[in-house]
Amino acid sequence: MHRDAVLQALVLVAVVAGMVWLVGNVQSNLERQNINSGFGFLSERAGFGINQTLIDYTEDDSFGRVVVIGLLNTLLVSILGILFATLLGFSLGVARLSRNWLISKIAMVYIEIFRNVPLLLQIMFWYFGVLRNLPSPRQALSVGDAMFISNRGIVVPWLEAGAGAMWYGLGLLALAAGFIWLRRRALNAKLTSGQPTQVWRPLLVLALALFGAAAVMAGVPFALDVPQLKGFNFRGGVTVIPEFVALLLALSLYTAAFIAEIVRSGINSVNKGQREASAALGLPESLALRLVVIPQALRVIIPPLTSQYLNLTKNSSLAVAIAYPDIVSVLAGTTLSQVGQAVEIIFVTMMIYLSLSLFTSWAMNRYNQRMAFVGNAT
Amino acid sequence: MTDPVIRISDMNKWFGTFHVLRDINLQVAAGEKIVICGPSGSGKSTLIRCLNRLEQHQEGTIEVEGVSLDGSLKNLESIRSNVGMVFQQFNLFPHMSVLENCTLAPIWVKQKTKQEAEALARQFLERVRIPDQADKYPGQLSGGQQQRVAIARALCMNPDIMLFDEPTSALDPEMIKEVLDVMVELAEDGMTMLCVTHEMGFARQVADRVIFMDEGEIVEENEPEAFFSNPQNERTKMFLSQVLSH
Amino acid sequence: MSAKTWTPTPARPAPANTVGFVGWARENLFATKFDSALTVFCAGLILYVLDVVFGWAIVDASFSGEDRNACLKQVQGACWPFIDAKLGQFIYGRYPEMERWRVDWVFALGLLGLVPLLMPKVGFKRANVIFMLGFYPLFSFFMLTGGSFGLVPVETSDWGGLLVTLVVAVTGIVGSLPLGILLALGRRSELPIVRALCVGFIEIFRGVPLITVLFMASVMLPLFLPDGVNFDKLMRCLIGVALFASAYMAEVVRGGLQAIPKGQYEAAAALGFGYWKTTRLIILPQALKLVIPGIVNTFIGLFKDTTLVLIVGLFDLLGIVQLHFTDSSWATPETHITGYAFAAFVFWVFCFAMSRYSIFMEKHLSTDPNQ
Repeated sequence: MHRDAVLQALVLVAVVAGMVWLVGNVQSNLERQNINSGFGFLSERAGFGINQTLIDYTEDDSFGRVVVIGLLNTLLVSILGILFATLLGFSLGVARLSRNWLISKIAMVYIEIFRNVPLLLQIMFWYFGVLRNLPSPRQALSVGDAMFISNRGIVVPWLEAGAGAMWYGLGLLALAAGFIWLRRRALNAKLTSGQPTQVWRPLLVLALALFGAAAVMAGVPFALDVPQLKGFNFRGGVTVIPEFVALLLALSLYTAAFIAEIVRSGINSVNKGQREASAALGLPESLALRLVVIPQALRVIIPPLTSQYLNLTKNSSLAVAIAYPDIVSVLAGTTLSQVGQAVEIIFVTMMIYLSLSLFTSWAMNRYNQRMAFVGNAT
Repeated sequence: MTDPVIRISDMNKWFGTFHVLRDINLQVAAGEKIVICGPSGSGKSTLIRCLNRLEQHQEGTIEVEGVSLDGSLKNLESIRSNVGMVFQQFNLFPHMSVLENCTLAPIWVKQKTKQEAEALARQFLERVRIPDQADKYPGQLSGGQQQRVAIARALCMNPDIMLFDEPTSALDPEMIKEVLDVMVELAEDGMTMLCVTHEMGFARQVADRVIFMDEGEIVEENEPEAFFSNPQNERTKMFLSQVLSH
Repeated sequence: MSAKTWTPTPARPAPANTVGFVGWARENLFATKFDSALTVFCAGLILYVLDVVFGWAIVDASFSGEDRNACLKQVQGACWPFIDAKLGQFIYGRYPEMERWRVDWVFALGLLGLVPLLMPKVGFKRANVIFMLGFYPLFSFFMLTGGSFGLVPVETSDWGGLLVTLVVAVTGIVGSLPLGILLALGRRSELPIVRALCVGFIEIFRGVPLITVLFMASVMLPLFLPDGVNFDKLMRCLIGVALFASAYMAEVVRGGLQAIPKGQYEAAAALGFGYWKTTRLIILPQALKLVIPGIVNTFIGLFKDTTLVLIVGLFDLLGIVQLHFTDSSWATPETHITGYAFAAFVFWVFCFAMSRYSIFMEKHLSTDPNQ
């Protein structure tokens, strides 16, 4: 014990001494190079434009607002990427297990190609190889004269919402709540009366009623804004910038390959006997999947799936290679080159990712504790 | 003899190119108890797994309660819910409590209410002598208890026929008896039973007929008394001498 | 009493439509109507994709020529002459042509050491490891940088292409191994301060993207060092990559350490071994062997991640391909796609081979009675 304490003290002293030395070096280097320190720059005028902002932004806004915009852009591409990667990954994982040899092999080839090629290469392929090679707006590919695909991005029609659109939003929320309530009611009815109860028909009635009510309250406060070619570019509609499309596409396709493997091994981990026992009890295949196989597979799937979600979020930082304005690109790229305060800027960037990661692992641990099997499962 | 509830005629099955069941003919009357024995790989498990179509045969016919089991069968699930099965490895659902294991199929297949299903489940758990374990998870139970839950789970569907696929082979010796006792009681209540097992004591006690299989065919079948005291074939004799010697 | 002799019924062949190709196809392609429809759809999809790929890569492709004119045809396919013309650059970067034999030697010697090391059946593992971890890095260092033994010095800023990719990946993995082992031991240590420091290091580096670590290495590292001390850019990236990889390596090694049964520790303690002796002689040799597949998988990830160095201004394989797109004498609409296809193929071959090796080792370790 005594020796352990000495050893620990030594390690601690060494680490602290190292830190002090590094900080001292940083201070003298900064002084010599006349670089400011501190976070004062966050309230200064940024003075550069950003080509995708989810909240209002002008060049006169501060670097602090730039951080928020970068973070929102990171979250946007990550959340959509997670959504698409999950959909595609689950489909591929199930296809991989299909009894149909051909579809299983197609899924396998997809997985082996996409996960063995660097993500950055895939991002650059979609951006420089495909999207930037599209025709200019004047020769844009048009989908029904409403959506246009060109090297400036994808322009889609947009619903301009006027006053009163809020009522429709409330209607949507009420519909979602109604759906959850109807499903719970159906399950309860199933358990108390034995008979299955309809969900979809009452839901349809509810939807009609809610939107009817919204229309009475607010009329139709929407106008369709269809993009049109004016001069060299499009006016109207909403433009999805090619940087975003390339990043989203590459992140989704790449991560889907990993998710597919996780799903496959998760489903495989459920003992064959579980399906046989379900079948022997007379449960139809679909119910056996829903009640027996999937709940067990999910416990195996969810922890590695979460770490894939985290990977996708961290990988979205490759945005900097194609100048999609994510947090790394606007902070460690543009802001750093303007302000020069490397220590603070890299620190802020890292802390943002670190908090995302730590929060996710904390949530994951909570989930694992809650879901742990009671005792040893056979 | 009443109409047989199971009628197998000239049934053949292959695994790939391997001829695993050869020209099987067997009829089982309602309430009859059949014990099937034989060396491992003789096809006995495959035979009873064909009866609820966990395995598919390629030639011949199998009829269960007058319904022929073939590819075009629409109501396979209803046949399966009338034929209970108990597996060597229990195959309980580890993510559900004992009670949920037992009520799952009555609720979702027989459309019973939760209350009815639970009452039924508790009744059968009582019968297999573990009424107090209803809220535990399978992982918390001993092997013998798990297998009794598996029997109760099958009984909750009120099956007409019960299939047992080596129900005691995965158990420690001291747990075999508690499972066999439950099976004996079940037999005394008049259940139709087909049981693959090496428990010859059980066969003597409850079986109406003992079937010996080897190399995918039925070598010999007889009443237990005659089967054990006067086997007709050298092969049967050899097998019995090996099984009964310990 | 007379017993009959039972003769088994001879086995008959299975019905023709359940075996062979027909049986296989009935089961795997046409089991149900839905399956049949799916099969037809998939076959159509495969034919379409093959048609597109072959059309682009072979039928409509250009194969020879000196500049962009070779690739400006009516129907355009891959522009392979671009790859042909730039191949030297893609492999060596701006490494002087006269000196490229030095790189070749490093590649060759590496291959010579690595192949027997990867084959579980070949002996001399200990000697080989000492050679690969001791002699080979020194040899490579002096060969590649030059400046001694009568070799012309070559600045690291002239290195590029596959050379940089391999240098970053291999140095990263080799550098991260010892650090990762120490971190893993520290994380399992009973000393709270040591454990806290190791957990902190591991979680921080695993919680941030590699690109921020590379930015830190290239922008912040010079600030951390006293005035006058500096590394070149490649060296800074190598440090960043090795630190980053060591956090992941630590978790892989920790998995191996956890898999060692308690009895091994108890047996070592019974023999009177102390902590370091137990770890060095009993625990690590077993744990490291168990995690070979994990190490290979980490390496695959690292190998793909080396492409990120192009963002901080080094020219790895992808970076140099990207750089040569700016060559106006090769500017064609197909140059980008061709270049990416080539780079993707090279990366794919490396990663796929390694992932197969990892699977092979996993099977080998789970069946090998000696492990």
